[in-house]
Amino acid sequence: MSTLPRPEELYAKINHTPPKADWMDVPVDIKPGRYCYAANPDSLNYVGLPHARKWNPLDEDWKLPENWKEIIFNGIRERLDKYRSFKVFMDICVRCGACADKCHFFIGSGDPKNMPVLRAELIRSVYRGEFTTFGKLLGKFAGARPLTEEVLKEWWYYLFQCSECRRCSVFCPYGIDTAEITIMGRELINLLGLNIDWIATPVANCYRTGNHLGIQPHAFFDMIDFFCDDIEDITGIRPEPQFNKKGADILFVTPSGDVFADPGTYTCMGYLILFEYLKREYGLDVTWSTYASEGGNFGFFTSHETMKRLNSKIYMEAARLGVKWIIGGECGHMWRVLHQYMDTLNGPEFQSSNMTVPKNPITGTVFQHAASTKMIHITEFTADLIKHGKLNLDKSRNAGIHLTWHDSCNTSRGMGLFEEPRYIIRHVVDKFTDMPPGTIREETFCCGGGAGLNAGECEELRMMGGLPRASAVKYVHEKYGVNMLGCVCAIDRAVLPGTMKYWVPEVTVCGLHELVGNALVIPGEKEREVNLRGEDLPGKEDE
Amino acid sequence: MKALYSLFLVFALAAIALVGAGALGMERTFGLYIPFLAAAVFVVGFCWRVVQWGKSAVPFCIPTTCGQQESLPWIKQSTIENPSTTTGVVLRMLLEVLLFRSLFRNNQPQLYSDGRVRYASSKWLWLGALAFHYSFLIIFLRHMRFFTEPVPALIRGIESVDSMLQIAAPTLYLTDLVFIAAVTYLFLRRVVVPNIRYISQVQDYFPLFLILGIGLSGIFMRYFAKVDIMAVKELTMGLVTFSWKAPQGIGAIFYVHLFLVSVLLIYFPLSKLMHMGGVFLSPTRNMNCASRKFRHINPWKFENVHYHTYEEYEDEFREKMVEKGIPVEKPL
Repeated sequence: MSTLPRPEELYAKINHTPPKADWMDVPVDIKPGRYCYAANPDSLNYVGLPHARKWNPLDEDWKLPENWKEIIFNGIRERLDKYRSFKVFMDICVRCGACADKCHFFIGSGDPKNMPVLRAELIRSVYRGEFTTFGKLLGKFAGARPLTEEVLKEWWYYLFQCSECRRCSVFCPYGIDTAEITIMGRELINLLGLNIDWIATPVANCYRTGNHLGIQPHAFFDMIDFFCDDIEDITGIRPEPQFNKKGADILFVTPSGDVFADPGTYTCMGYLILFEYLKREYGLDVTWSTYASEGGNFGFFTSHETMKRLNSKIYMEAARLGVKWIIGGECGHMWRVLHQYMDTLNGPEFQSSNMTVPKNPITGTVFQHAASTKMIHITEFTADLIKHGKLNLDKSRNAGIHLTWHDSCNTSRGMGLFEEPRYIIRHVVDKFTDMPPGTIREETFCCGGGAGLNAGECEELRMMGGLPRASAVKYVHEKYGVNMLGCVCAIDRAVLPGTMKYWVPEVTVCGLHELVGNALVIPGEKEREVNLRGEDLPGKEDE
Repeated sequence: MKALYSLFLVFALAAIALVGAGALGMERTFGLYIPFLAAAVFVVGFCWRVVQWGKSAVPFCIPTTCGQQESLPWIKQSTIENPSTTTGVVLRMLLEVLLFRSLFRNNQPQLYSDGRVRYASSKWLWLGALAFHYSFLIIFLRHMRFFTEPVPALIRGIESVDSMLQIAAPTLYLTDLVFIAAVTYLFLRRVVVPNIRYISQVQDYFPLFLILGIGLSGIFMRYFAKVDIMAVKELTMGLVTFSWKAPQGIGAIFYVHLFLVSVLLIYFPLSKLMHMGGVFLSPTRNMNCASRKFRHINPWKFENVHYHTYEEYEDEFREKMVEKGIPVEKPL
């Protein structure tokens, strides 16, 4: 692993002036700190992905199958027919450059091939050279080039420097979405077994145990039980979550990161407190599942088919348990998949006809906007409860927090979830300041670790990619005293603490339902001395 | 270098027309056959490309959402930036196509020495693009006076508004100025801005020079060479009424203009200029965003997909589940 430069050094080194030579003549240079380790062959084999082998990106020989070019060409041909997005996006870019400086990886690294337009041109140039008459006739003159091993390596390197955040797509006059191009590119290189391990192993884990982290059912139970112990210590009340309960009304699915690592665990405790409160007050019947114990979907970062295979469990489990509808926890790409893919991928095959349009039994609200998918976001659920005055919230328990809000890329640009979390925020915390326009809502920045790039070995890349987000946080920290960065994504909760520690060490990271859990007053609870992190509550420091 | 190649190419094309229609006297070729061929290539090529795109499937509902979704009734939805109705989608597309909505968002990050990234508003590209496309459109419509008899009132109206300054004789068209300024701007930013120069290719410079060549040859004819308009109209009307005969005394510059237009028409369906048709087919813009409300159907199927079923899962972990009191389908 490379050593990370100090933040000032890294910042000072960013240079947005491109080299003199034409980009096609600049050979790929795979730099430690900016690439992720190759996939473990066992993981690829477990899910039956092709050409599993041991290989090293730094080696000259990637041990490609003999007919690798043919595989790629057939793959491109197939995808041009299957995905209009791919075909149109290959053809219509005018290289106006509006997207060029919108990518967090370009802003933070200055590497010109991280300009979305050029990332796409890496593939487009081959498409032109091999699939268009004009490109075949005129070659480089028409912006075309042949596919070589060098080019393939370049694809690999830069396809894993895109977090599929779609920010460029917001600014593109034709809506060209680099995420879509990266998704196709990653599908293609996966045909040659060229995945990274930080994606491949979670995929295999998820396939087998139901979640990315490979948590087996008894351990999943124990982890949540452990949170219940903590909650009991803090509030005097012990939640009694249900697992795999047949006949429950609602299935709850959240990213497994929430049960595994801080600060996601505090968010998980927040869910537990909320559901316990609603059970005691209103008899809400929610079950967790150890089989569908993952909301996130690293299959999405591998191929559409892998995404479908991992996602299928949610509807299968809902049908097996006989629940009426589903609530999903706080996660980013999970919600891109749930909002834009799940119903199409698995609805016709696996959605039970016994499921109903989600209706909050406590408020009577019918969530018509989820009429077909039958799954709602937990912030939609909680906001509805607050609006109807169903939650007893004590903001003062979050009084030490001055919050700013990180709109996660996928819930922003692949869903449009902006006001639901902000409405909840206003009811659980007093001090809230948004970051400047241009860095939030649909123009929000990625944390730098989306789409499977949170591996330890690519930390430098992540710190570069995290710069735009961190810079906006730094601004509200210095100007308004913000000390907490809230977010609604498990990857954010895993990535941003490190990014904050690096760029803005005074700011910590939390999920939204951690704040809800802190503020929610459960009937009969004891007077709380500490928050869910075990830190003294404001006004309780001296006792 | 790429810009120079493109420039030379356009000069060469102009020279071909000059020599061909002028010195060699091939008026019929340059005034009739090539324009007809070009128009045919354009129409057939354009349609063919759009049909090819249309034949590709749209398996998933993947719009880029740029505003608040439709969710709870008391939360104000952004009905155009995140549309959940067909009307919303149509309005979104209209804003995109007519006003370049997305380009209007453009901003520019700047890295300051205090360690902060700031974002400056940057609307020049939007303005330049809008000026270019609209002046091109108006010039195109104005040219309809060469292909219609009598000239429709709308075309005459556009013409009189365009020449309202009443400067010079023949009167100066405002759009001519805007057009040349806009094309020049679009070219200069490709040469001057380092990152834009880095991403620019021959096929980015070539259409700009070609279009500039068309504009300049047209302007030269109107304001300087003062080509015999009646003779030109005789020719163009001959084109549309299929009764072509070579008029006398138009001058070679006209053929340069016409030939460059012909080249543009042929080049159009082969190139990035197809964004004109493609923008309407972009799935990130033209789809309804309410993807949880309405199921989008994928027209093709995944073949031979393997799933890890609950039964397989329970078989592997049954003991451990029972140990923790997690319900199982088959007891131990």
